[in-house]
Amino acid sequence: MNNLLEVNEVSKSFGSYKALNNVSIAVPHGGIFGLLGPNGAGKTTLIRIINQITMPDSGSVYLDGDLLSPRHIQDIGYLPEERGLYKSMKVGEQALYLAQLKGLSKFEAKKRLKYWFERLEIGDWWNKRIQELSKGMAQKIQFVVTVLHQPKLLIFDEPFSGFDPINANLIKDEILRLRDQGATIIFSTHRMESVEELCDDIALLHKSNKILDGKLVDIKRQYKINTFEVGIRTKDNHELKQLLSEKFIVSDAYFKTLDNELKLNIKLGDKESPNALLNYLTSKGELTHFMELIPSVNDIFIQNVKKS
Amino acid sequence: MNHLPLIIKREYLTKIRNKAFIIMTFLSPLIFIGLVAVVAYLSQMNSDKIRVITVLDESSLVKDVFINSEHTTYHVLENMSLSEAKTLVRETRGSGLLHIGKLQDTAFSSSRITFFSEEAPSLSFITNIENKLEKKLTNLNLEKNGVDLNKIKTSRVRVDIAQESFEGKKTSKVDSVVKLIFGGAAGYLLFMFIIIYGNMIMRSVIEEKTSRIIEVIISSVKPIQLMLGKIIGTSLAGITQFTIWIIFGGILMTLVSLFFGIEPSQMKTPQQQIVQQAMESPELVIEAQNMLTAFYNLPLVNLVVAFVFFFIGGYLLYSSFYAAIGAAVDNETDTQQFMLPIIIPLILAVYIGVFTVIEDPHGMVSTVFSFIPFTSPVVMLMRIPFGVPLWQQLVSLLVLIGTFMLTVWVAAKIYRVGILMYGKKPSYKELIKWIKY
Repeated sequence: MNNLLEVNEVSKSFGSYKALNNVSIAVPHGGIFGLLGPNGAGKTTLIRIINQITMPDSGSVYLDGDLLSPRHIQDIGYLPEERGLYKSMKVGEQALYLAQLKGLSKFEAKKRLKYWFERLEIGDWWNKRIQELSKGMAQKIQFVVTVLHQPKLLIFDEPFSGFDPINANLIKDEILRLRDQGATIIFSTHRMESVEELCDDIALLHKSNKILDGKLVDIKRQYKINTFEVGIRTKDNHELKQLLSEKFIVSDAYFKTLDNELKLNIKLGDKESPNALLNYLTSKGELTHFMELIPSVNDIFIQNVKKS
Repeated sequence: MNHLPLIIKREYLTKIRNKAFIIMTFLSPLIFIGLVAVVAYLSQMNSDKIRVITVLDESSLVKDVFINSEHTTYHVLENMSLSEAKTLVRETRGSGLLHIGKLQDTAFSSSRITFFSEEAPSLSFITNIENKLEKKLTNLNLEKNGVDLNKIKTSRVRVDIAQESFEGKKTSKVDSVVKLIFGGAAGYLLFMFIIIYGNMIMRSVIEEKTSRIIEVIISSVKPIQLMLGKIIGTSLAGITQFTIWIIFGGILMTLVSLFFGIEPSQMKTPQQQIVQQAMESPELVIEAQNMLTAFYNLPLVNLVVAFVFFFIGGYLLYSSFYAAIGAAVDNETDTQQFMLPIIIPLILAVYIGVFTVIEDPHGMVSTVFSFIPFTSPVVMLMRIPFGVPLWQQLVSLLVLIGTFMLTVWVAAKIYRVGILMYGKKPSYKELIKWIKY
């Protein structure tokens, strides 16, 4: 089986409110899966169902080919969006407790914690209380606790909220390293632009429904609009724009440049090649900018929401 | 995987390492002992004051009634008008003036006797004087009508009914008192324990919610495991605290009485007064012996076993509610609206225990309430010293356990949904909805 996690037609209602409506996703082995959608789309409910915190009303969840059951708890590491630690407990004690809850022996947990604490340069925090640490420091410990038992599936819900840029980068690198080591990662966020560079696959949730999913590159290819962003220096900007308008669909483009050149978005027809456009443009003036416009996940999302 | 022992251990250790908990554990007995010492000292000081009562007896009939005692001195005035006496008492700052008007023949009317004072006298003082006068005047009346007082004295009979059960077990009136003390203590202990440690459980659930750790935990353990772990861990901490209180309190009590020479008898607790009086009168010695036999007559084994079971059952029943309330709210101030339904049955149980069980331990009210699970632990514990058939105890216990399982199930449902809810104060309607999720 190629998928680590399969969610089949899961629905969940809270009273009269339908939080999930027949949602199916498939998360392949390895790689990072982006679970995207605005606030209230149902991401957290879906994640809680995968974590067996909430039971679905209908539908089923399979992990590694087996129907989800309590023994899978150790196979999943979960960093919730609403996260915190016992404020009056010492860091080391607390990390040990949480690791033991995930099924690690005390000895093994201690060994691994030592490794991680040294790695993240937080070794001297062991005997501090959580209330003495800053929010970012506490988040680091939470991250360690989440990944400590080396689960097959890691779920991060808004992992970067609460981190400063430096620590956010550190955590991002750690996530990428875990992926390279073979972990499968589900990454849930409402800030879609932040995950484009990380995700291999995505699923878009909107108002309790999945509206789109698949490999990120496939989706982008599918939503390609064959439009190029162009900047060109000419003697007469107006004349060139006139000429181009006769051949293509042209609109003004906005991007920052050093000079006051002509800036346009040019949409090609299905059979026209970008090379031809490029050659045409170079014959007309000095080309400063030529870039294919690839829709962002955000654009794709908005487009889909309008459609539905 | 069963994480219950791990959770219990954490809850227990966190509780007993908590600074406030440690301070309360060792400070409470000190405060308690201090309070007892202060009360003893104050009551001694109070009784040291000597009251001066002036008596103006125009009837000249009752002056021999007023004999000076340890705390009261009487001045009997004669040949003085009421207004003169009043000014005199006021000027000399006496405690009060008792005026007895002219009494003719048998027409003793209490309206002719008045007590004047700056401040209203205590009830016990007035009753005391009334009793004295009544006795004296009655005797006078009897004599006047030709009744020989000695005859009355000699013909008075004291009746003491011996009580015995059909099985031949001897009991006495004192028995009931001893039984009531034991049953009351057991019931009250349970009541206190539920309130103190139930609240502690509730706060610890709220703490997990406000620190936002809850979702991390319940992705590893089932909410019901977490809830039970909390309840058991906190209870163990409670038992530890209670034990320390008893031991430490006992040691302190001994130390205090050794160092400061406060004889326990000087504190004049009712029991000690009885013991003291018992030394003096042979009747009371018998009563004291009765008390001892009453203690040995108690169904002690039954009492201890039932105490353990009803205590655990009742405590778990209520503490699961406390846990559910903690899960339903975001902060402690929001808990108020849910506390009433918990407190009312508890208080009801204590009142029923105290009032109806004394009246009739096997009457309808006591019996019925010793089967209703929310009141049964307290009421049954109070009834057991009076001898409750085993089948009743078993049925009551079964009902309690059944209800306990049901409430834990309901509480776990509310708990499971509630711990993930933030930001709104839930209503009862919503809680019921949560149960159905």
